Amino acid sequence: MTFLQLFWEFFKIGLFAMGGGPATLPFLMDLADKYDWYALDDLTDMVAVSESTPGPLGVNMATYAGFQAAGIAGGLTATLALVLPSVIIIILIAKFLTNFSERPMVKAVFSGVRPAVTALIAVAIWGLFRVVLVTEEGALAVKPLILCAVVFVLMQLKPLKKLHPAVWLLAAAVVGIVFRF
Amino acid sequence: MAIHGLGELYLTFFRIGGLTFGGGLTMLPMLKHELVTKKGWVSEDELLDCYAIGQCTPGVIAVNTATFVGYKRKGIPGGIAATLGMISPSLALITLIASFFQAFVENLYFRHAIMGIKGVVCALMLNTVITLARKSLVNLMSVLVCAAAVVLALFTPVPTVAIVVLAGLCGAVIELWRRRCPKGGGHKL
Repeated sequence: MTFLQLFWEFFKIGLFAMGGGPATLPFLMDLADKYDWYALDDLTDMVAVSESTPGPLGVNMATYAGFQAAGIAGGLTATLALVLPSVIIIILIAKFLTNFSERPMVKAVFSGVRPAVTALIAVAIWGLFRVVLVTEEGALAVKPLILCAVVFVLMQLKPLKKLHPAVWLLAAAVVGIVFRF
Repeated sequence: MAIHGLGELYLTFFRIGGLTFGGGLTMLPMLKHELVTKKGWVSEDELLDCYAIGQCTPGVIAVNTATFVGYKRKGIPGGIAATLGMISPSLALITLIASFFQAFVENLYFRHAIMGIKGVVCALMLNTVITLARKSLVNLMSVLVCAAAVVLALFTPVPTVAIVVLAGLCGAVIELWRRRCPKGGGHKL
């Protein structure tokens, strides 16, 4: 039964997560509420690992979530379910629709979808922030908060803008160990 | 011969999936290097088209690109081979890490490192949202849709799927309305 639920939930995510990997995040948060596969706190671990591991973010997170729910077969089920809608839709578009992304109606639909996806991702990230940057006792987690703020400011500087995210993550691990986060 | 081509597709996308972090746009340089420069499977324009399609279809953009290029090369089996190649490294690595994660969490240094990483993930995510907002909040309509979606997501039990569908309908209705009264009202939404 879990496998059927996993397949169905991740198929839906693959079908409705418009805008790539980060767009799967709001759906993964819904799942944390809906099932006992993983808690919100686990989700922050999953995001941290998925960002620091090669591979598309959305695929990494689906594999991790599926693994949490039902082991290796669960990870496989969730990931295959996630990509199945893409495979079907992209093949149909490649076969039948030329200039798909240039069509006025497609553009119109996505002019509505895009700002909504931005909103959904922002809300999901706000939820993650509350888990990571606030301790269980309800106080601010000062060290991660400072690191977050410093890195965010540094990332806006021109020479550092193009720096690979992996470099930031590696530095973060070192800073975490040195300053005992 | 056909099987040979499929193996090459699988391995090429396996390499791309295994060597790039983050997916989406950060993968573009790697995709360009592998698919345009090295293999010559698609032209740079085709790759950019493919990205445009990936952004207006559901799903993970890197996977959509793999399916598209694989399909162009070898039809449906090609699309499937390329997609499987793209997701294989993730499946293997994440499963491995997830299996050992619980054991690592006992280690104090690992816990410190993960907390540091989480702090930076917050910064990366914030950056993603700001980049998205800059690209997607381009006129009054988009700001209104975004605000409405925030309210729905935060304060109502409306499911995420419904919010996405409603927003798409919103865009479609406005387009139809514009077609019916091309000069209507003089408001530029």
